[in-house]
Amino acid sequence: MLNEVVISAQALVKQFKGQGRIVTAVDSVSLEVRRGETFGLIGPDGAGKSTTTRVILGLLRRDSGTSSVLGFDSMRDVYEIRERTGYIAQQFTLPGDLTVMENMRFFADLHGIPRKLQKSSIAELLKFAGLTDFTSRPAGRLSGGMKKKLALACSLIHRPAVVLLDEPTLGVDPVSRREFWNLLGNLRAEQGLAIFVCTPYMDEAERCNKVGLIYKGRLIAQDTPAGIKKMIPGHLIEFKPARFEAARKLMTGMPGILEVQTYGAMLHLFVDEVESRQKQIEAVLEGQGIAWSGMRVIQPRMEEAFISLVRRQEASENGQ
Amino acid sequence: MLFFALPLIELFLFAYAVSLTVTHLPTAIVDQSLDARSRDFIQALANSGNFDITLVLQNEQQVRQAMDAGTVKVGLIIPPNFEKQVLAGNGNVLILLDGSDSFSVQSGYNAALSITQKYSLNLTTEKIQSGGGAVILNALTGQLPITTTTRVLYNPDIADLIFILPGLIALIMQIIIVTNSAMAIVREREAGTLEQLLATPARPAEMVLAKLIPGMLVAILDMAMILAIGVFWFKVPFQGNILLLAGLSILFIISGMGLGLVISAVARNQRQAQQLTAVIQLLAMLLTGFLYPRTTMPLWTQIIGNLIPMTYFVRIIRGIMTKGVGLTFMWTDSLTLFIYAVIVLAIAAAISKKRLD
Repeated sequence: MLNEVVISAQALVKQFKGQGRIVTAVDSVSLEVRRGETFGLIGPDGAGKSTTTRVILGLLRRDSGTSSVLGFDSMRDVYEIRERTGYIAQQFTLPGDLTVMENMRFFADLHGIPRKLQKSSIAELLKFAGLTDFTSRPAGRLSGGMKKKLALACSLIHRPAVVLLDEPTLGVDPVSRREFWNLLGNLRAEQGLAIFVCTPYMDEAERCNKVGLIYKGRLIAQDTPAGIKKMIPGHLIEFKPARFEAARKLMTGMPGILEVQTYGAMLHLFVDEVESRQKQIEAVLEGQGIAWSGMRVIQPRMEEAFISLVRRQEASENGQ
Repeated sequence: MLFFALPLIELFLFAYAVSLTVTHLPTAIVDQSLDARSRDFIQALANSGNFDITLVLQNEQQVRQAMDAGTVKVGLIIPPNFEKQVLAGNGNVLILLDGSDSFSVQSGYNAALSITQKYSLNLTTEKIQSGGGAVILNALTGQLPITTTTRVLYNPDIADLIFILPGLIALIMQIIIVTNSAMAIVREREAGTLEQLLATPARPAEMVLAKLIPGMLVAILDMAMILAIGVFWFKVPFQGNILLLAGLSILFIISGMGLGLVISAVARNQRQAQQLTAVIQLLAMLLTGFLYPRTTMPLWTQIIGNLIPMTYFVRIIRGIMTKGVGLTFMWTDSLTLFIYAVIVLAIAAAISKKRLD
C-alpha cells in the first residue's frame, strides 16, 4: 500500500506545433511517484516542468507514451483523476474579490462536497494553513505567502490522494517559502499524500524524497537528493581568488580537476582527490601571484550537481 | 488580420446589402372591382418593381391580419366599381402601411403615390389624345382621376421613436449580452484561472451554465430597465402582452449569451474575442432589420443575418410592442429563437474543451 505507484509516466512525449516547426517540450520522460513521496521536478525555466505536469493531469494532450495518476489514464479518465487530485497551476490566481472563506467554499462546491461536511473540513484546512484569523479577508488583499497557503488549502479541500504543485512558491519570500514547505512536510507525514512539485529552486529540491532533473524536455537524472549528488564524481573544493578570471582560466583543464564552476565570487573545483590536488592548486595560484582566501572542502549541493549533470548532458549531445 | 478584414466587410456589406429605399415590398392586394381598369392598375403597380404582390385577399380585415403576422408590409385596397369611378374622375385607392417599419412606410407611400399619379396622368393624356370621350379630370376639383388615401397602421402619427425604440432595445441588449459573455471564458483563459477550473471535476457543460445564468439574470434586469424607460419616460406605447415579451426576451438573452460563449470558447485571447464581437455587432446593425430593411437584401446577407439572434427578436419585439400581436403571429420567429438557443448552447458546451490545447 505504501509503495503503491500513484503517478506514472512512461516515455511521455509532448510536442507543440506552430509556425512550421515542431518543439518537443517533453521528450520521452519516464518517472514514478509513490504514495508518501515528495517528488521534485527540478529544472530551469522552459525545461518542460509545467508541460509534463499538465500532460500527467490530462490538461494537455500527449503525443506518445503513457501517463497515469492513481492508475487512471491521463487522457481517457480525466474526470476520475480530477476528482482525486489537487493541483495548483503556476499562474494560479484565486478570485481576488472573494474572501478566504468564500474561496474555500467555491472550491468545495466545485468538488461537490456537501455543505454539512464543508464546515468542519474548511475549518480544519484553514487551521492547517494558518489562515483561521483571516477568513473574511478578500484573497486579493492577502500577502504573497498567504495566497499560496490559501491555494494549497483550496487544492486539498476534497482530500486528494495526490497533489501536483507547479512552482507553488514562485515570487514568495524565503520565510514564507519555508513555511509553505513545512506545510507540505506535515501533509506527507500525517496523511501519506503523494506530492509532485515543480520548482526551479535547488534548496527546495533538497526537501524532496526524490528528484527528477529535467532539461530541454529530457529527464536527465532521477534519484534521491543524496543519490543525485553522488552522481558527480570527485570532491568539491571552494575558494575565493583575488583575480577571478585569471584563476578560472588557470584552473580549467588542469590535471586532476574534473570540472570548474563559478559561484558568485567563489570558484568551485571538482577534483579527483582532495589532499594532493589542494596542494597543487595552491602551488599554481602562488606561482602566478594570485592571492586567495577561504579555501575549503565542501559537500556538493543540488545546485552544483545540477549544473554538472546538465553540462555532462550537453557534452554527450554535442559528442553525438 | 481583422484590421484589414473589418473595413472590407463593412464596405462590401454597405455596398451590396444596404439600401435606403425599399423596392419589392411584399404587398397584399384586395381588388373589390375585378374589372379591366383595376387589373390594369394593379399591373402598373407590379411592373414598377416597388411592390411584390404576394397575397391576394378579400377585405381590409385580412390585410390587417397579414400585416400583424408580418407577411406583408403594404396593403392596397381597390374599391368596387373602380372603372366607373375612374371615368368619373374620383377613383380612390386605400393604402395600408406597416407602421412598425419606417422604410416600408416611406418607400411604400412614395412609390404608391408616384405610380398612381403617373398612371392617372397617362390615362388623362391618352383620353385627350384619342380625342373622343370626356376628359376625366375631375371637373370640380381639377384633381387626377385616381387619388390615394394612406393609413399607417400601428403608428398613425409616424412617430420616429415608435419606429426606433423597439429595435433599439433589441440592439442594446444584443450588444450587452454578446460583449459580456464573449469575455467570460477567454478572460479566465488569459488570467490562468481556466486552467485551475479545468483541473477540477467541473464538466464543460457545467461551466457554460455557470457562465450563462448570472449573466442572464443581469441582462434580464437591464432589459426591464430600458423597456420601462422606453415606455414610461419616452412614452412609446406598449400594445401587447408584457409576459409574452418577458418570456421571449429570456429566450433571446439565452441565445445571445450562447453566441457570446461560442466566441469566448473559440477565441484564444480577449483581443480576438473583442474583434469577433465587433464583427457581430456590425452585422447586427446592418443585417437584422433594425435600421435597414431586410426585404431588399440579397439572399446571402439575409442568411448571415439569420445567424444573429437579434434578427428574430427585432421582429418579435416590434410585433409585441408596436403591433400588439400574440404568439400565433410570431410562432415561427419564437420557435426559431428557441432552436437557436438550444443549438448555440450545445455548440458552446461542445467546444468548451476539457483540456487547454
